[in-house]
Amino acid sequence: MLLQIKDLHAGINGKEILRGVNLEVNAGEVHAIMGPNGTGKSTLASVIAGRELFDVTQGDVVFKGQSILEMPVEQRAREGIFLGFQYPVEIPGVSITNFMRTALNEIRKYRGLEPLSGAAFLARMEEKKKLVEIQTKLTNRSVNEGFSGGEKKKNEIFQMAMIEPTLSILDETDSGLDIDALRIVANGVNALRSADNAIVVITHYQRLLEYIVPDIVHVLYEGRIVKTGGKELALELEEKGYEWIKKEMEGR
Amino acid sequence: MANEPNNILQEVTQSEYKYGFVTDIDTEFAPKGLTEDTIRYISAKKQEPEFMLEFRLKAYHRWLEMKQPDWAHLSIPAIDFQNIYYYAAPRKKPELESLEQVDPELLKTFEKLGISLEEQKRLTGVAVDAVIDSVSVKTTFTETLSKLGIIFCSFSDAVKNHPDLVREYMGSVVPSGDNYFAALNSAVFSDGSFAYIPKGVRCPIELSTYFRINAANTGQFERTLIIADEGAYVSYMEGCTAPQRDENQLHAAIVEIVALKDAEVKYSTVQNWYPGNKEGLGGIYNFVTKRGICKGNNSKISWTQVETGSAITWKYPSCILMGDNSVGEFYSVAVTNNHQQADTGSKMIHLGRNSRSTIISKGISAGRSNNSYRGLVKITKRAENARNFSQCDSLLLGDRCGAHTFPYIQAENKSSVVEHEATTSKISDDQLFYCQQRGIDSESAIGLIVNGYAREVLSKLPMEFAVEAQKLLSISLEGSVG
Amino acid sequence: MTNAPLNDVSLFIRWFDEHLKTIGRNDVPRWRELRKQAIKTLETTGLPKPTDERWRNTDIAKQLSLPYEQHFEDFQKDLDVEKIFACEVPDLDTFLITMVNGWYAYRNSALRILPSGTIIGSLSRALRDAPELVEAHLGHYAKMEGNPFAALNTAFASDGIFIYVPDNTVVSKPIQMVNVVDHPENLFMQTRNLVIVGRNSHLELVHCDDSHNHTAGFTNSLTEVYIGENAGVDYYKMQNVNDHSTVLHSAWFNLQREARLNSYAISLNGGLIRNESFVTLNGQGADANIYGLYLMDKKQQTDNLVFVDHAAPNCTSSEMFKGILDDYAHGVFNGHILVRPDSQQTIAYQSNRNILLTDKARVNTQPFLEIYADDVKCSHGATVGQLDSEAMFYLRSRGIGEENARMLLMYAFAAEVVGKIKIEILRDRIDDLVKKRLRGELSICDQCVLHCSKPDQPVVFEIDMSKI
Ligand SMILES: Nc1ncnc2c1ncn2[C@@H]1O[C@H](COP(=O)(O)OP(=O)(O)O)[C@@H](O)[C@H]1O
Ligand SMILES: [Mg+2]
Repeated sequence: MLLQIKDLHAGINGKEILRGVNLEVNAGEVHAIMGPNGTGKSTLASVIAGRELFDVTQGDVVFKGQSILEMPVEQRAREGIFLGFQYPVEIPGVSITNFMRTALNEIRKYRGLEPLSGAAFLARMEEKKKLVEIQTKLTNRSVNEGFSGGEKKKNEIFQMAMIEPTLSILDETDSGLDIDALRIVANGVNALRSADNAIVVITHYQRLLEYIVPDIVHVLYEGRIVKTGGKELALELEEKGYEWIKKEMEGR
Repeated sequence: MANEPNNILQEVTQSEYKYGFVTDIDTEFAPKGLTEDTIRYISAKKQEPEFMLEFRLKAYHRWLEMKQPDWAHLSIPAIDFQNIYYYAAPRKKPELESLEQVDPELLKTFEKLGISLEEQKRLTGVAVDAVIDSVSVKTTFTETLSKLGIIFCSFSDAVKNHPDLVREYMGSVVPSGDNYFAALNSAVFSDGSFAYIPKGVRCPIELSTYFRINAANTGQFERTLIIADEGAYVSYMEGCTAPQRDENQLHAAIVEIVALKDAEVKYSTVQNWYPGNKEGLGGIYNFVTKRGICKGNNSKISWTQVETGSAITWKYPSCILMGDNSVGEFYSVAVTNNHQQADTGSKMIHLGRNSRSTIISKGISAGRSNNSYRGLVKITKRAENARNFSQCDSLLLGDRCGAHTFPYIQAENKSSVVEHEATTSKISDDQLFYCQQRGIDSESAIGLIVNGYAREVLSKLPMEFAVEAQKLLSISLEGSVG
Repeated sequence: MTNAPLNDVSLFIRWFDEHLKTIGRNDVPRWRELRKQAIKTLETTGLPKPTDERWRNTDIAKQLSLPYEQHFEDFQKDLDVEKIFACEVPDLDTFLITMVNGWYAYRNSALRILPSGTIIGSLSRALRDAPELVEAHLGHYAKMEGNPFAALNTAFASDGIFIYVPDNTVVSKPIQMVNVVDHPENLFMQTRNLVIVGRNSHLELVHCDDSHNHTAGFTNSLTEVYIGENAGVDYYKMQNVNDHSTVLHSAWFNLQREARLNSYAISLNGGLIRNESFVTLNGQGADANIYGLYLMDKKQQTDNLVFVDHAAPNCTSSEMFKGILDDYAHGVFNGHILVRPDSQQTIAYQSNRNILLTDKARVNTQPFLEIYADDVKCSHGATVGQLDSEAMFYLRSRGIGEENARMLLMYAFAAEVVGKIKIEILRDRIDDLVKKRLRGELSICDQCVLHCSKPDQPVVFEIDMSKI
């Protein structure tokens, strides 16, 4: 098992956001986590990635057999966890090329590999750029600075392709995209699917799941996973709306 | 883990100065202290013509009447001007044709700095006029340059060989009584560089000087004069490193630049003198007057500086934009860490019509340091259609440092436009987290972000300097970022 | 009474010794102590010189060198205040307090207690009737060091206005403080005002300076405003005095937790006007907005100094000053934001924009930031320029004449500040005044600043602004 989340409770400034999340992800699987706004989807992603802003008060996150809660964020990244941000931050003056080169080489160093040669690095850049139809110009610009919403999201998938993570968590990579960009992003993700890695897509809408077909769909509601099913669950959700979940939960 | 950023900052602020070593070269001193006799001694030692002695003495008498400026946002310990050596020369002044004859100690020093003359000569095609303490030791590439009529030599040689040029331009941009430290320099300056680019000549190589402050208790009073005649172009680089000392050392230099009609001068500085230790002990006092005049129409002067060193910096490279359509630029990155203090910026004085100026200043403060931008933009009545744009950003690392912005804007004419913008911010947690999530550790992330923040300025540096500057930025803020 | 120029500090020291009994006849012990400190401060620092950082752009030597009549006690016979002043802004319903030539007009009247429990009246009366209130605030906020005129005021002022708003009180209508100058000789006037606003309370204060004649009066007034926890103050300072007058006014605001301040300095006419606003954000969550507008021509000068001291975390401040300078006018802006070491999560913004209409007009602007905390968002901008030529072209291409296009753009430039005024009637009035001012129709009228020569004739632009 790649990722195992056990009864995870986490919050911020004493306010509990995650109230006992359980989740298991195996290599080769694609999971979708859906749920209304404000239920804790991004929080869950951040906690897995290691954002210190949130306090974990109970439970555990196990990745490749070991608990990662004490690991600093960059070590988790080097172990193979990738987070595609819902709102990627701008870093003025740092070019994507420079940024990726630094990241890749630090990850390689951690794994005991030599740094990539300039030529090899550039070749890899070119290859991965094609995957998400990114123009060369974009990679010479500063990270996310002045990017449109679509460009930011493409850039996240491009970085995922560069880093080749074992576990990718994509937080609302679909929101704010027009249909063309959505297709490009989805194609990129699909191309990166393999038997050795796993992908967790967090989304608010069913639309993305037409392009990235999940094996398992979870519904996160008020800090807990309240429903798990196959891809048909997404359709049902789309049809009945989140009100349905709400009612069902209140009915209990 | 919650207070990790603090740990990072601590590490970052704990890297020691890497260039702290002393070269052992025999040195000849003038007696300590400053009197008319000291000045006569210096002038005599240097076998100067009478007009130089007069210039020095006049400056000295002005200086005696002046008071040390106190308006900067700096706290400067009292300086005992009588406890300073005003002249030191290597005892055996070498007359050298090749590098083999250079004092091996000196070569070693340069190697430690990563700028050995040999390497410079072989790889970069840069002419190096090396100033060890106060006297020029070696000038290279003079020959190539002299074919083009370019004069590039030590200031003393210029006084000997080109007295008319020196007489005409010395003190024409920075008058000897301009300010307290300029007056002091004018009285006692030891040596420095001189460059003259004749009409219509584009200097094919970057001219460069590496300064070293070497003898203990030796004040450094360089004087540089650069003249670009009509239509000439030159790019000049100044780099400074000083060995580690416990006692503070005073450095009061003057740089004067004259750009005649259609001429362009680019002046770049990378300054990483000893900033003192983590407790704020020792370090250089860097009180420098740098000023250029765009004398002719369509002339241009551009200052670029990367300042990471010195315990106290007081420095305002300025442009007097006298010619119509003249252009002044100032690009600066100033880093302060530990107990360093910097009060630096620029003055743009617009006299000519359609004159334009740009000021881009990026301050970075860490530790317990204080970093101030101070600038003046003055648009006179005559300067119709003058334009200025200033952008002064400050970045704070840690909550015990200060970042300040003191712009002065004076406009006296309705057709000009002056814009000033400034922001103060810190490296955001979101930026750090983003980098770390991609596997970059926090220390490297800070280096990356800081270099990105300064990129606009770094990109203005000549290639040879840009790499070194980038390295310096990281070194002065942390141990290992490359 | 004396009649002498003001540039000789030794004279002040002599007067102080001679007249302390008169000046301080109502003093509480604290003020007596402060007066002595003040005169010492003056003795060591002297009056402002052009070499003083805060005075480098305003040379006040000429104004100080004129002879002024100076009184150490009220010299006027019983006044018929109604005859001198009646506010005629239609529908601006206020509680009115009038000063005439620097002295409280109803000099023998007791403190007035409004239905809400708010107390208004003269400071000299408050010194007698509410000494403990005065003692707790007077001189606590104004800093004399580095501010010679504050020291001068502290040493010599003996009257002014006192306002006390108790806790949990919303004063039902604005309180309007008017200082009318009407005297045949040049007068030197020093008034001292104290405003105390209790917790959760709210006060709107309209403060007008006005001259009725053409003598070269010199006013040095100082107002201390304490704003209690979660209280709000809207402070409107309006100046419309003759071209020979000198008006120095410093306001010292001290904001407690969650307190709010909106301050407006609107300068329409004056010889030399200097407005100093010192704002101390003393408790978490305090918020200050400081606005200024100056429309100057001839040889007039305005000098706005704004010092915002972020002395507590989580506070916000915003400054917006705009000026249009015509003829030989001179505009000065000194902004200074100080963020102290532990004032994290500060947001501070500062902006000064100027338009020069002639080559003889001048601007000096110095927007300073001094920051010792790292988790802050601070920014400032300053510009000097002229009317946007593209906008001019755009308007003219729509058939608007050049003169009107200019007027419109200037009006739009000023309107950004005017639009921030919260009292609707006042905003409309000032809006009118700005239009008139820009059309050169505004002159010193016989009543307060809110009057103009023909109040019944509204300003109408020739063009229909809705069509643009
Ligand atoms: N930095 C934060 N500070 C305070 N509250 C937060 C923070 N981040 C998220 N929250 C709160 O946690 C809850 C879950 O937010 P989030 O995980 O972003 O939801 P989702 O991604 O499902 O829309 C929301 O109520 C949100 O307001
Ligand atoms: Mg979210």
